[in-house]
Amino acid sequence: MEQQSYKKHFILLSILLVVLFFINISLGSVSIPYREILNTLSGGIPSKESWQTIILHFRLPKAITAILVGSGLSVAGLLMQTFFRNPLAGPFVLGISSGASLGVALLILGSSLFGGFFLTNSISSWSLPIASSLGAFLVLSAVIIAANKVRNTMSILIIGLMFGSLTAAVISVLAYFSEAAQIQQYLFWSFGSLGNLSWNELLVFIVIYTSGMLATLTIIKPLNSLLLGENYAKSLGINVKKSRNFILLITSVLTGVITAFAGPIAFIGLAVPHIARIIFSTSNHKTLIPAVVILGGIIMLICDSIAQLPTSEFTLPINAITSLFGAPIVIWLLVRKKKIFV
Amino acid sequence: MQKPIAGSIHFDGKNLDAYSENELSKKLSLVLTERLPESQLTVFELIALGRQPYTNWIDKLAEEDLQKIHLAIEQTAIAHLKNNRFYELSDGQLQRVLIARALAQDTAVIILDEPTAHLDMHQTINIFSLLQKLVKETDKTIIISSHEVNLALQLADEIILLTENKVQFGTTEALISKNAFENLFPNNLLKFNKSLQQFVIHKN
Repeated sequence: MEQQSYKKHFILLSILLVVLFFINISLGSVSIPYREILNTLSGGIPSKESWQTIILHFRLPKAITAILVGSGLSVAGLLMQTFFRNPLAGPFVLGISSGASLGVALLILGSSLFGGFFLTNSISSWSLPIASSLGAFLVLSAVIIAANKVRNTMSILIIGLMFGSLTAAVISVLAYFSEAAQIQQYLFWSFGSLGNLSWNELLVFIVIYTSGMLATLTIIKPLNSLLLGENYAKSLGINVKKSRNFILLITSVLTGVITAFAGPIAFIGLAVPHIARIIFSTSNHKTLIPAVVILGGIIMLICDSIAQLPTSEFTLPINAITSLFGAPIVIWLLVRKKKIFV
Repeated sequence: MQKPIAGSIHFDGKNLDAYSENELSKKLSLVLTERLPESQLTVFELIALGRQPYTNWIDKLAEEDLQKIHLAIEQTAIAHLKNNRFYELSDGQLQRVLIARALAQDTAVIILDEPTAHLDMHQTINIFSLLQKLVKETDKTIIISSHEVNLALQLADEIILLTENKVQFGTTEALISKNAFENLFPNNLLKFNKSLQQFVIHKN
């Protein structure tokens, strides 16, 4: 029939996701036998009590975080690429991540600068995502306002990059006046980390993530009509302005919350939508959105496993791994396929 | 769509500004000159997008939607293309697909902006005669903006002639008898031949 069925793809990828989820949990500085892991995850008590703590309070939340971060960033990237009709768009390129960084920098570094107000209540699980989302939303709005004036996609990308360097400059100034401990705290946040979340924080993360994802389902229709350009979308009954604001809101909330909890993670948001388009060879968002969710989770789990693997004592910064591992894959896929789509 | 510089546009007895996007999308469909952004949409998917005003929130195609899509494919004779990607098509084929999309939108009026701008003579006539056939078969109003005056003279039921300082409207015959075409172009190059009802190159 006309509507190609992707059932086989989805089943295979889902199995891969589950397998990688378990592999990810099984890796770490302490080696725990597979049977004990399965036993613990299904509610049993392993033969060593410390193993239970390691699995339930460190590795399980980290693996869940990896899936949320990977899938959330991929959806945000997909939304931006469709909205700007530009294959180079993504949360990172358009300065949204830098905006989130600025929010966090103001919170962590600014606390010493502006004194008492921030300092009294030490950074709680809510203040980071709020600061980060606000920062992301502010920069994105600025990019959009500027984008409405120029309308040329190349200029929009450059404006996004400019906002990126602008926020980076503000962060440098903040860092210059900050104390070493706070700079270090910010620096570690900027390396990206999937492993610092308590279950309480993870719960906050899941709630915001889920509402962003549910909202994404409601804009599948405008996203598909935007594939024909804004004028056609409008003639098809889409309120372009409303859809645009909604797309931007979802993107900034997802990017903001992810950046707050896991740091500014590069590359995933740009690359996963391309990988999904190449594997599924479609532009229909009804297929692409679930596809990037699963693929984003898979790729983030792989990256995190690699970050664990080489020297089991340390965890490499996840932000470096995503680019080191992912960029060559995208290059390879594009060289093979020779054509790139929005 | 551009806002009117002066005056107002009434459509079906109602000011155009008073329509919501969705209301208007069930009455008026467009075929534009702008290039489609690159994507991997298939011809079928592209035409199916024409059903968006009628589909539910997740864009599910109901039985009626599929019927309208297939009817549009049949009317434009592009069944053999429906599983191709739209970027694989020639300009003429793509124009047929875009017309099919507008037909699937099931509106009383279709507006086409220069539908033959990128086409050669054969394809131009092909598209125009398709549009003429559609008017007869479907009872739709099809409004075309075009520079192809000679073709319009042969095929159009009514013509709106826009010149720098005058707007004239009427059936083709009425406009010819009013000598509306005499001064459309500078006379030293092109001359309107009343008996042929065509513009011909002026030879000294």
